[in-house]
Amino acid sequence: MCMDAILNSEIFILTLTFLAYFTAQNIQQKAKSILLNPVLIAIILIIVVLIVFKIDFTAYHEGSRMIEFLLKPAIVALGVPLYQQLGKIKKQAIPIIVSQLVGCVAGIVSVVLIAKALGAPKEVIFSLAPKSVTTPIAMEVSKTLGGIPPLTASVVILFGILGSIFGYEIMKLTRIKSSISQGISMGTAAHVLGASKSMQISGNFGALSSIGLIVNGILTAILAPYIIDFLGLWMTF
Amino acid sequence: MRQVVIILGCLLFGEAVVHLTGIKMPSSIIGMLLLTLSLKIGWIKLEWVNELSTFLTKNMAFFFVPPGVAIMLYMDLIKSSFWPIIIASTLGTLIVFACTGWTHQLFMRHKNTFKKNKNS
Repeated sequence: MCMDAILNSEIFILTLTFLAYFTAQNIQQKAKSILLNPVLIAIILIIVVLIVFKIDFTAYHEGSRMIEFLLKPAIVALGVPLYQQLGKIKKQAIPIIVSQLVGCVAGIVSVVLIAKALGAPKEVIFSLAPKSVTTPIAMEVSKTLGGIPPLTASVVILFGILGSIFGYEIMKLTRIKSSISQGISMGTAAHVLGASKSMQISGNFGALSSIGLIVNGILTAILAPYIIDFLGLWMTF
Repeated sequence: MRQVVIILGCLLFGEAVVHLTGIKMPSSIIGMLLLTLSLKIGWIKLEWVNELSTFLTKNMAFFFVPPGVAIMLYMDLIKSSFWPIIIASTLGTLIVFACTGWTHQLFMRHKNTFKKNKNS
């Protein structure tokens, strides 16, 4: 009984979460594989511990609120890199804004229509709508739309990993040759994970991808509710 | 402390805007735009927020571990619509890559030919 109290306490849950992420980071540094995304490993480690020690998932969710809260200030903090990139964005404002608009609208519309056609329930459709943007923004958008933020988070992370692995191959196949276009699209379609892949190629590529990820994030946050309303005129979710 | 006050202040402003106007936008995005604007205008100096914002953005990935774990609470829903989720997301990701890349490439080319015409 006493053990249960400790296992369900906030301090145990916080320690577990930090420890899992720390371990996951070490594993990734040793293995140097992009497939071993620290977030993904940490999530799996925690789930295993929760199941082994029979800790209720709701108790974990309550206990880890403090960490989750930091997502919001972290998005606000993205204002700093955005400010630092303003000069670059201004220089090619039209290609960037138009391509981000197209990417944002195409992403939301395609995923919503396909999920709808395959018979997904509306909470699932709304959860998938913001799947191209970075997790914290995607989760906020998902919440605003009436989706399930944890489902959004998992899809975003999973497809961010896949996008960052296969992104450059996809663009080769679709004949996107300009390296600037490639860098930006990487951020638009595979958010932070795409940007970190680009960062490995060069700092300049990384910066381009971060423009893609921030601009698409903002546009998706602003436009997603209206796009969903608009699509709702023709179909019932 | 000033760093924390600025970041939280921007967030609070965002929350207030959402509550007062009922706008369908995450409060954090409004806060982010306010922070960028304040830096641009010069209300806030970069060194006032640089440290904390670097810390937050660098460790951003960590903050979504808890919501990631919460996926277990929705296992039934995911099992029942597993294939729609996977297929829609795969095709959606391909479409975003192609559309963004093509559009950006197209507009860059236009810009370049425009420049060339100007020069000649």
